[in-house]
Amino acid sequence: MIAKTLRRLFLLSLLPLLAACRFPVLDPKGQVGIEERNLIVTATLLMLIVVIPVIVMTLLFAWRYRDREGHSGYLPNWSHSGKIEFVVWAVPCVIIAILAVITWNSSHDLDPYKPLDHAEEPVNIQVVSLDWKWLFIYPEEGIATVNEIVVPANRPVNFSISSSALMNSFWIPELGGQIYAMAGMETKLHLIADHEGVYDGLSANYSGHGFSDMQFKMRAVTDQAYDAWIDTVHAGHNTLNGDSYQDLARPSTNVEPMFYAQVQPGLFDDIVRNKYMVLGHHVEPRS
Amino acid sequence: MFGKLTLNSVPWHEPIIMVVFAGIVIGGLAVLSLITWFGKWRYLWDEWLTSVDHKRIGVMYVILAFIMLLRGFSDAIMMRGQQAIAANDAAGYLPPHHYDQVFTAHGVIMIFFMAMPFAIGLMNIVMPLQIGARDVAFPFVNSLSFWLTAGGAILINISLVVGEFAKTGWLAYPPLSELGYSPDVGVDYYIWALQLSGIGTTLSGVNLITTIMKMRARGMNMMRVPVFTWTTLVANVLIVASFPILTATLVLLTLDRYLGFHFFTVDGGGNPMMYINLIWAWGHPEVYILILPAFGIFSEVISTFSGKPLFGYKSMVYATVCIGVLSFLVWVHHFFTMGAGADVNAVFGITTMIISIPTGVKIFNWLFTMYRGKVRLTPPVLWTIGFMITFTIGGMTGVLLAVPGADFQLHNSLFLIAHFHNVIIGGVLFGYLAGFAYWFPKVFGFKLNERWGKASFFCWIVGFYMAFMPLYVLGFMGMTRRINHYDNPDWQPWLIFAACGAVVIAAGIACQLIQLVVSIRDRKALADTTGDPWDGRTLEWSVSSPPPFYNFAEEPEVTELDAYWDTKQRNRKGPAKPYGPIHMPKSTGAGFVLAMLGLVVGFALVWHIWWLAIAGFAITVVGIITHTFSTDRDYDVPAEEVARIEALTAPRPMMEA
Repeated sequence: MIAKTLRRLFLLSLLPLLAACRFPVLDPKGQVGIEERNLIVTATLLMLIVVIPVIVMTLLFAWRYRDREGHSGYLPNWSHSGKIEFVVWAVPCVIIAILAVITWNSSHDLDPYKPLDHAEEPVNIQVVSLDWKWLFIYPEEGIATVNEIVVPANRPVNFSISSSALMNSFWIPELGGQIYAMAGMETKLHLIADHEGVYDGLSANYSGHGFSDMQFKMRAVTDQAYDAWIDTVHAGHNTLNGDSYQDLARPSTNVEPMFYAQVQPGLFDDIVRNKYMVLGHHVEPRS
Repeated sequence: MFGKLTLNSVPWHEPIIMVVFAGIVIGGLAVLSLITWFGKWRYLWDEWLTSVDHKRIGVMYVILAFIMLLRGFSDAIMMRGQQAIAANDAAGYLPPHHYDQVFTAHGVIMIFFMAMPFAIGLMNIVMPLQIGARDVAFPFVNSLSFWLTAGGAILINISLVVGEFAKTGWLAYPPLSELGYSPDVGVDYYIWALQLSGIGTTLSGVNLITTIMKMRARGMNMMRVPVFTWTTLVANVLIVASFPILTATLVLLTLDRYLGFHFFTVDGGGNPMMYINLIWAWGHPEVYILILPAFGIFSEVISTFSGKPLFGYKSMVYATVCIGVLSFLVWVHHFFTMGAGADVNAVFGITTMIISIPTGVKIFNWLFTMYRGKVRLTPPVLWTIGFMITFTIGGMTGVLLAVPGADFQLHNSLFLIAHFHNVIIGGVLFGYLAGFAYWFPKVFGFKLNERWGKASFFCWIVGFYMAFMPLYVLGFMGMTRRINHYDNPDWQPWLIFAACGAVVIAAGIACQLIQLVVSIRDRKALADTTGDPWDGRTLEWSVSSPPPFYNFAEEPEVTELDAYWDTKQRNRKGPAKPYGPIHMPKSTGAGFVLAMLGLVVGFALVWHIWWLAIAGFAITVVGIITHTFSTDRDYDVPAEEVARIEALTAPRPMMEA
């Protein structure tokens, strides 16, 4: 009785803990994240069809057939049953067949390279992972930021992603899945924020010393606020060109958000082509 | 003279390392003085270091595994401690420089120097006994394999005190592991420690495959081979097929780091993605190399302690072979997030899921082995039941990760960490600990204390759930792996809870050690005089505990799957034939010496001490060639000696000769 009460109290004490926590993956704020969450839930439920009986049967059989006084039902030579063997091969086969169809379809629907099917015009953002911060270039607007992005809510965002040197993974858990950022390569990711808000972004792939602080904030705002923000950044006076990029690419940690009013055209493509390859912890432009 | 090695290479200013160093020195000196005090050097050299007896070598593998378990676990509890306190503005007690080495060392040590030696140790001890062989096919190579693995383990532990270890994660992905971003010796320690042990493992694979294929008892066709031997066979085929990939990949990385090549660099036309593909082309079969022997152990344990033949033996064999083949077709699932495209990702996702079919069948087979059995709830069975429940959960999260769309949200997060600890602790480690308890009396002649064994099991399983279920939750909360500190206050309670779980696991390990001490103390009371303490079914139980060094006085003949069970049922008595002489391999120190030379070469290469590397390598090659000319390899145990040894053990039902 006391034990039971204690257990209840313990569980109750956990509730506020759970309620206070944010579960970005399970409670996403963007269409892509929601579809991925639904996929996680569907696949889990499907597998529970096998998992729960297995766990129950394990405990049940171990207990029922444990060696004890008055043990009954012992069949010392029983080791084969065509029917059971058929079922234990067939049931997993059926479940995996269903899951395989789901996998094939969802892999194509949720392909990070696939542009989102959405009426609004997308925003293009080029992302470069540096040691150890994130550079964002808005090619149409001709601006760039470090460790902070602002996007209009409810409009698709097309990310083109590369890296100055080390491999990172670009991840905004509340909006949807990640993709690697690799030097000399361009990966793509298409996300959308369904609501206004501030979302955490981070590197999910370990990249050395300053990795833990390689975070940024994404602010999803109204169209008007977005335009206003662009204007504010334009009003600044920093310029991102080959030289200032190489300064920026030097290893540093815990970098506060920075903004560039102008960006040298074609800079992202030059970075992808390794023009400013960061070799070791020296920045050397290549001829 | 000493390459890059200077006195400053030792991290004198790091108190944690210096305390550990002092501990190792004091402990080491204590052990050495004890050996000297009791005058056991001769015994150690003659009976262990130079032994080619598969049982002795197996025991040394398992001892190595236990020591490395302690080392790897210390790393684990340090990480849990760091993450439990390093929230918000707190930096914790491990700066990134040290923390990054700790998590890299934890992974490398647990896989290469804990799990692998444990698996190969158990295979070495049990497999020849199960197939009625007197040793493995190449006893000297077996000794060399072990000492190469031990050499790798020594090298990696030297890095604790001399220089530093890699700060790259356990697979040392480039470009981070390239010279430009890891200019220190850490990655070089990684490369050479893995090369030494990897060569040992490959040789061991060749050896054990040959043994199974060529040295089975008369009448033991492949469908009468015990399941553990089957899983050993498939695991070793995987070793021989996959470890050369690891060796070659590390050679390419070595060329990049030592000679300025550009295989995996980001400049000069190199491509790190090739490394990631190659390392997983080895890495995925590797996890099946670890889990298949565990499946074999569970099969033996559940069948013996249920007092029934294994349900669906043939299904089990086919499932094992299926898993072995499929394990080579799934490697891309480790990097769906690389952007390979929907078709590629979907194909590899589906091949991954297909593996869960034969695996699921195995679980059902164990279930139906218990069904209508008489299950004795001994520690090996507890480990098995704990495994069946835990591994099923781990399998489910694994299939979830195999769905690319889901993986994009779960990859690299603590969900992934929780998943693979779920299968590696709940599957691999529980399996090996079950095997350890199951075969311990066979090797040492007395059983392990059951109360401490059960205590260890309950600590491990409770600790496991406490330590890793929160990590699943943290994955859903968006926490990534390998983080040194964080500013999300929501995560901290879960991490503190996980750290408490690690402490409970520590209690489990302590129980295991206490169990050993208590059992050795009570060895008279726990003695196994029959050779068959569990009412076993396979040939290893037909000989005395411990078995004589030649294993079988008469070569057994097999007519049934559960050969020894069958013998006992029919109550056969062995024919009173006179014993014949037995042909056995001689002990040799060559394996030990060559491997230690390999260790010296590895150390010299890490520190660029070129003269020592060249000299050491030359001596090794000459040593190998010289040894191949040695004809003084074997001898005959006289029949009278066999008769004398056999007379010392109690009469048992004999295998028909």
